[in-house]
Formats: sequence, C-alpha cells, structure tokens
Amino acid sequence: MHKEAAIREPLILGHKTYHDITEDVCKPIEDKAPRMWYILFGIALVIGLYGIGCIMYLLGTGIGVWGLNKTIGWAWDITNFVWWVGIGHAGTLISAVLLLFRQKWRMAINRSAEAMTIFAVFMAGTFPLIHMGRLWVGYWTLPLPNQFGSLWVNFNSPLLWDVFAISTYLSVSLVFWYIGLIPDFATIRDRAKKPVAKKMYSILSFGWSGRAKHWNRFELVSLVLAGLATPLVFSVHSIVSFDFATSVIPGWHTTIFPPYFVAGAVFSGFAMVQTLLLVMRKAMGLEAYIHTKHVEYMNIVIMVTGSIVGTAYITELFISWYSGVEYEAYAFINRATGPYWWAYWAMMTCNVISPQLMWFRPLRRSLLFTFIISIVVNIGMWFERYVIIVTSIHRDYIPAAWSMHYPSHIDIGVYVGTIGIFFVFFLLFARYFPVLALNEVKTILKSSGESYKNAPDHGHHEASH
Amino acid sequence: MADKVLYAMYDDDEVLKDGAKKLVSKGVKINEVFSPFPIHGIDPIIGVKNTRLGIMAFIYGLTGTMLATIGMRYFMIVDWPMNIGGKPNFSYLENMLSFIPITFEFTVLCAAHGMAITYLLRNKTLPGIPAQNPDPRTTDDKFVIEIRMSENDNFSSSDMENMLKDTGLIELDQKDI
Repeated sequence: MHKEAAIREPLILGHKTYHDITEDVCKPIEDKAPRMWYILFGIALVIGLYGIGCIMYLLGTGIGVWGLNKTIGWAWDITNFVWWVGIGHAGTLISAVLLLFRQKWRMAINRSAEAMTIFAVFMAGTFPLIHMGRLWVGYWTLPLPNQFGSLWVNFNSPLLWDVFAISTYLSVSLVFWYIGLIPDFATIRDRAKKPVAKKMYSILSFGWSGRAKHWNRFELVSLVLAGLATPLVFSVHSIVSFDFATSVIPGWHTTIFPPYFVAGAVFSGFAMVQTLLLVMRKAMGLEAYIHTKHVEYMNIVIMVTGSIVGTAYITELFISWYSGVEYEAYAFINRATGPYWWAYWAMMTCNVISPQLMWFRPLRRSLLFTFIISIVVNIGMWFERYVIIVTSIHRDYIPAAWSMHYPSHIDIGVYVGTIGIFFVFFLLFARYFPVLALNEVKTILKSSGESYKNAPDHGHHEASH
Repeated sequence: MADKVLYAMYDDDEVLKDGAKKLVSKGVKINEVFSPFPIHGIDPIIGVKNTRLGIMAFIYGLTGTMLATIGMRYFMIVDWPMNIGGKPNFSYLENMLSFIPITFEFTVLCAAHGMAITYLLRNKTLPGIPAQNPDPRTTDDKFVIEIRMSENDNFSSSDMENMLKDTGLIELDQKDI
C-alpha cells in the first residue's frame, strides 16, 4: 500500500470513514438547496440572460455594435476568448498533469476544476463564433466539401489550428470529466430515494456496477487520457498564442509567446479555482477535504507561474529594445507610457507583484488573502490580454490610422453575460453533481486521512461505523 | 442448470484482499469483486488480466495521424494548392511544418474518443443500462466477493460458506439463478 511520510500534512482532516465521505459529498445534492444558492443562481441567471440578449442583438445587427474600428479589429472579444481559455487550463493541469506526477492533493479539487474548465472553454468558444458576425456559417471553419469551387479552409493558418485545438480540447476534457463522474453518479444512484432522481442518476451512471475488471480499465483509461490531455493542454494555449505570434504586428511577433501564454493560463486558471473553491468548500461543508494545505499548494503554483509570467514581461521589454527594431521598441514604450498606460500598469501590479507575496507562508496559508489575490490575478490576466491585443494594434505603422478603442455597452454586456452563464453552469454543477471525486478520495483515505495516517495499527484500522 | 451464487460482503478493502488471497490459495474460483473504488492489487489475486485498452488508444491515435496527413495533403497539395506570398505548396514534405499542430490535435482527438468509446462498450456501461451491483452499498463503503457454485464443483455449499466466514466478512448472502 502507498505510504506517506508522517510529517506530511494529512489531506483529509478529521476522523472520516468511507461512508462519511459519501455522506459529505452526497448530502448537499440530496438535501434542499439553501436559500443562498437560489439567490446566487437568480443573479447569475439574470446576468447570463442579459448577455444572451446582447449576443442576439449583436447577431441581428452585426459586429458594428462593438467598439471596433478600422484600426482595432480585435479588442474585447478576443481578449475575453483568451481569458476564458486561459482559465480553463487549470482544470486540465490539475486533473491530468498532477495525475501524471502522482499528486494526491489533486483529488479534492480535480472534479470541480475540470467542471470549471469545461464551462470556461464553452464561454471562450462563444467569442470567436460570434466574432464571425454570421454565426450560422460557423461550419465554414471545417474542411467540408462545398459548392464554392471546392475551396478548402487554410491549414497554414493559426486561426484554423485554433479551431481544431479548442474543439479537441473541449471534447476531450468533457470525456475525461465524464468518465471520472460515472462511478460517482452510481453512488448517488444507489442512495437516491426519490424515483425521478433515481431514474436520472441511473441514466447518468450508465449502469456502472464497480466490477474489478471495470476498475482496472477505469484506471488505465484515466491514466492514458491524462497522458493525452497533458500535451494537449500545452498545445492549446501555444496555438492560441500563435494567433498573435505568427503575425507581423510589433508587440505580437514574439517567439516567447507560447510558453508565456501557457504559464499565464495556468496562473489565471488556478486563481479562478481558488475563487470558486474557497466559496464552495464553505457553502457545502467540505472543509475537511479542501483545506489550508490544498490552498497553499495552489498558491505555490500561482507563485511559480506568476513568476514565469513576470519574467516573460521583462524579457519582452528587453528584447524590444535589444532587437533594434524601432517599431517593436515603440510598441512597448507606448504600452507603458501611451494612452493605455493604466491597463499596462494594472497588469504589471496584479500579475507581477501580487504573486510574489505568496513567498510568505502566513500569507499563502491565509484564506481571505488568497481569495483577494485570486480576484486580483483574474483582473490582471484580463488586462494582460487587453494590453497585448489592443495596445499593439491601436497605433500601427501609419500615424493617420492611429485610433482608440472604447467598449460599447454590447461589448460589456457580452463579457459580463458570459460570466453570468459560467456561474449558472457552475451552480448547477455544484447542486446536482458530486463536486468531489468520491472514488478517488476514498483511495487516499488510509494513506492521507488524518485518523489513519499516523495511527499505530496502520492498515486494519476499524471504522467506527 | 440452476446456479447458486454467494455474495460475501466486507467493510474494508484490506480485509477483502486478505480474504480473497486465502480463498484462492485453497482453490476457490472468485467470479467477481464489486467495490466503491479500485482496490489496488486485487486483480492478480482474482485473476483479472490487465486491460489492453492502452494498445487500442495507440492504434486509434495512429489512425488519427494518418487521416490528418492524408486529408491535409489532399486539401492543400493536391486539390487546391495555395500560393501564399509567392510561396506555393509544392509537396507535403516542404509544407509539413504548418500541418503539425492539426496532425497532433487530430491524433489526440481520435485516440481519446476512440478509447473512451471502446471503454464504454467493453464495460457495457451506456445510458439506460441497469446497474448490476448486488447491493447498493457497494458504491458507498462496502466490498463484495461474488462466488458461483457452478465454477467451484469440488466444494460443497456448506464448506464454501464456512471458508467464507473465516475471512472476516460482515454479511453473507446467496442467490439462486
């Protein structure tokens, strides 16, 4: 059996049994939702519906309702796209990369982080689709035989690579998530009392019975999917960065973009996981499973990736001078001192300074501080994309074409709306789905549970039930 | 022929594993084990072979690589060679660099989905299929060994029951099929 060092903090606090884990996770699903859930759901739904209304108006009128102009062809839309995709990356990093590294602490957070990934990628996918203006011809991005002189999509274009990357990422994450959910749905199915719930969870659980052979396959499938998802997640954000890096726009034409974007994605994704989980663990009474140690581990990831991002900012700045290309140099001087200086310095403060505070142990173990920093980081990462996209193109080669971007209320409405829809999905997930990977958490109870870990009669510890 | 099935229930995975070891050493054939989570090390004891789904994933992945290569060569080189900035597409090899991202993505797509579909079909777990665990508690905190008497001709039912009772079980159930 897997053994852990005695000095390592337990991952499951308190004196839990296998049955307690089931109880703790299933109770919130089986009980009536608290009033707070309805209030939050209502708010999210209203915001989400407003966003959908804005999207409808946009589709009916055209993307002229955004604040774009001839110089600035990409602004909030692509900023939001990259922001949401970036947030999505943490889920895959937690469930796939940490699985390959055998990090047991991932088990408390992987289910909800993956749910976050899927919902975030949904939101991300909305933006390129509505940016087409004509959503109904979205299928033109696929290489389908057609009547236009057999015109194929351009496989040399990073924008097309992105279509393949994002759709592969979304569907593979969904499958990975669902395969892990099947045994847990079976647990809820076998406990369900109400006939409708029993029927629903019975369908969702695909008739899972927990046979030894099935578990054998389950573990291999999880491992291989993790192995596939790991390079996938790195490739996806690298390809997103190619959308910029392969162009010849000063400020975009940078070879460090792929690693820099991936680090930024993980950075913002972990921040979003912190924001969501710090609230969720409290609301659903999961403090024994997601506790200070988990928060601390995630803060260390935020610190490391935040430092990579900070290094990338400074490298970019240095290279723009060292390259000797005056357009490149101007793009960066303009970022820091031009009309968008406030966005640049907001980005610098939120992303470079705030993660460095995590070097202090009391700070990275403080839940309130973590919550505040997680929101600061998410704001900073939105500004990062805004700075990269808008400040690089708002002053191009011809000064006569220089321009500014002012968001219209539709720009704002669509963005805020996606946050609303995201929370609608996440709240539904928290209400009806097992938010903890039950079958995985149970496997670490004896090796990392507080009451078993350093017990003298290790192994056959009798449960109190 | 009517078959008698015995279900021995345990409340600890380690106890079940030790019990299974004891039973198998006496020559008992264990038909199935039901558990709420994977019991590590149970497979060799009860004779469950390692799955070959990994090999299938590799084959599906290879199929994806091939399809992507064949497809992009046809679209970009054969059917409609594009001339971008005076750099026409002459051969697949010369243009391959820009085809690598999609080749990779498509490989992953085929490997992951192919394996997931095979996994669900081989397990016979699909929407609408009824659950087959003998007791609803086996998805919570109980572990069950299933023994079929037809597979254990050299033991009488009472012998078998006595042997099972020595393994620290908490409940013994039987069913006639």
